[in-house]
Amino acid sequence: MSASASAIELVKVNKWFGALHVLRDIDLTVATGEKVVVCGPSGSGKSTMIRCINRLETHQEGHIFVDGTELTDDLRALDTIRREVGMVFQSFNLFPHLTILENCTLAPIWVRKMPKAEAEALAMSYLERVKIPEQAAKYPGQLSGGQQQRVAIARALCMRPKIMLFDEPTSALDPEMIKEVLDTMISLAESGMTMVCVTHEMGFARQVADRVVFMDRGEIVESGPPRRMFEAPETDRLKLFLSQILRGD
Amino acid sequence: MSDAAVARKIPTIGAVAWLRANLFGSWVSTAITLALGYIVLRVGIAFVDWAFVNAIWHVPYSKTGIAETAVCQNTKGTGACWAVIVDKYRLILFGRFPYDEQWRPAVVIVLFVALFALSTIRAVWRKGTTARWVQRVALAGAGLIVLDNAVDLLLIVASVGFGVHISDPLAPVLEMLNTIGKCGLVFGLLLLWPAIGVWVATLAVIFMLMSGGILGLSVVPVDYWGGLPITLILATFGLAFAFPLAVLVALGRRSTQMPAVKTLCVVYVELIRGVPLISVLFMASVMFPLFMPPGINIDKLLRAQIAVILFAAAYLAEVVRGGLQALPKGQTEAADALGLTYWQKTGFIILPQALRLVIPPLVNTFIGFFKDTSLVLIIGIFDLLTMGKVALSDPPWQSFSTEVYVFLAFIYILFCYGMSRYSRGLERELNSARGR
Repeated sequence: MSASASAIELVKVNKWFGALHVLRDIDLTVATGEKVVVCGPSGSGKSTMIRCINRLETHQEGHIFVDGTELTDDLRALDTIRREVGMVFQSFNLFPHLTILENCTLAPIWVRKMPKAEAEALAMSYLERVKIPEQAAKYPGQLSGGQQQRVAIARALCMRPKIMLFDEPTSALDPEMIKEVLDTMISLAESGMTMVCVTHEMGFARQVADRVVFMDRGEIVESGPPRRMFEAPETDRLKLFLSQILRGD
Repeated sequence: MSDAAVARKIPTIGAVAWLRANLFGSWVSTAITLALGYIVLRVGIAFVDWAFVNAIWHVPYSKTGIAETAVCQNTKGTGACWAVIVDKYRLILFGRFPYDEQWRPAVVIVLFVALFALSTIRAVWRKGTTARWVQRVALAGAGLIVLDNAVDLLLIVASVGFGVHISDPLAPVLEMLNTIGKCGLVFGLLLLWPAIGVWVATLAVIFMLMSGGILGLSVVPVDYWGGLPITLILATFGLAFAFPLAVLVALGRRSTQMPAVKTLCVVYVELIRGVPLISVLFMASVMFPLFMPPGINIDKLLRAQIAVILFAAAYLAEVVRGGLQALPKGQTEAADALGLTYWQKTGFIILPQALRLVIPPLVNTFIGFFKDTSLVLIIGIFDLLTMGKVALSDPPWQSFSTEVYVFLAFIYILFCYGMSRYSRGLERELNSARGR
């Protein structure tokens, strides 16, 4: 496998939830520095696929390579991969009993074995980058949804990951807060990070994605550059999906 | 009605306003307030009359030293006879501990209360130094203790199991190393984690005071221990050891990776929950010694203590499991995604939140077990309640059980109410820290 050339490689991945076949023969390669947006109707398996990439879900058939390492039951390989892959969730999942700063420094200190002072300086630099350094001493419950999601991005970045996964990062946000999170993601994309985003934000996809992947019923139906995908969809399923999404806008 | 409505709308503060709003808001609530107030007043006055106004605090003693309780018999029903407490409080509190040495259990009670009071200060629980050499001293200390005990155990196994009696020439040296080890461990703990160090040190001092045998203190066998120290020892050691065990069992029961551990934890919890505490105590006191090889004699109090620990742990484990289940799955996933190991995830993310959620039921169980320790009377251990019964068996005082039980209830309430107050304060503090 020439997995080292690509950041992420999924080969014939299959997964079932009981009798439900949620991922069907998924083949996907993401090059280093590439930004991929995954879209599709709900229940299409896009979240499951992205969660397989850092093994929050396990796949039953096929191979997944991340940064040249195959995901197996080998726990040491898993630790290495999780260190290199950051993840942002739909529901933020900040640790409510820790301050914003502690949320950001916990993993660098304990997983990367970074000295506390260094980890705090690093966390502050990322909190500045997501434009909320003044909230560092507060608890997640005291922040707005948009601020919490930006903290979640900063927390993931503090591990200095090579790859960032976003699982519908703006779906739980009020409309007026979506922009601040998307702006953060756009500036991250501009810095050259390898990104896989599950999102319905087509404007974001147009602006930063190198490639859009459309999933439906557990399989990748169509993929290509955003302009081609949105302006000249080839399959009926994508046409239908786009018409529903655009009407929704 | 309209008056009341007006009164409720007036935004005032102060005692009168509070009374108007909460107790006399409408004529129904006024009626209820008056009725309940009347009952409370009647009962209160009756109690004060009985407990203080008509109470008798001293009775004369005959030449042979027997209390003459005729005075008390006359006021029975109208006034309390606290003379029974004045006469028997040392027996009730300290049991059959040698009379001249009873300052030792008294100090033990004070130490326990001081330990509880100190532990309620949150700052005490902060981590101390992280210096490497202190860690090494503590580890070396623990190593020496383990070494001595391991050698002792080997010798016991050799003599009991194989009939080989080895006289250990190194015994005094090992004994000395053990003592040095204990000092090192306590010293290290005090610096590394002050609260744990204080607990270990205090409990060690308590044990030395009770059993004696060092620093010129006379040896007092466990059979002579009794009263409040027994209750405090059973409850404190019981819960202090049951709680960590309960956390491990609760985690084990939720384990997905290790089915054997999970089964073991389920069987343990269901087995213990399925039998009454009394039967576990009976097992510990009567059955357990039958299974031990001759020559090994584990003391009855220790056996009861272990029974209490195992029993309490099963109940606490279910409480802790409730907290673990209440945590959103996202917390585990976020910790996993950051690459935290299982124990880091559990220690930093899961347990701090899960335990916070279950403070009320946790303290509920603690209070329950504090009182349940009184069941050891069944197997002939003389705890506080048992000593009350013993005091009442003295012929002159036999008919004054009300006074003795009120006194015992007062002591139990002091400790239980203390726990409940502390838990409420803790909840408030933890919630306000999160801006909720």
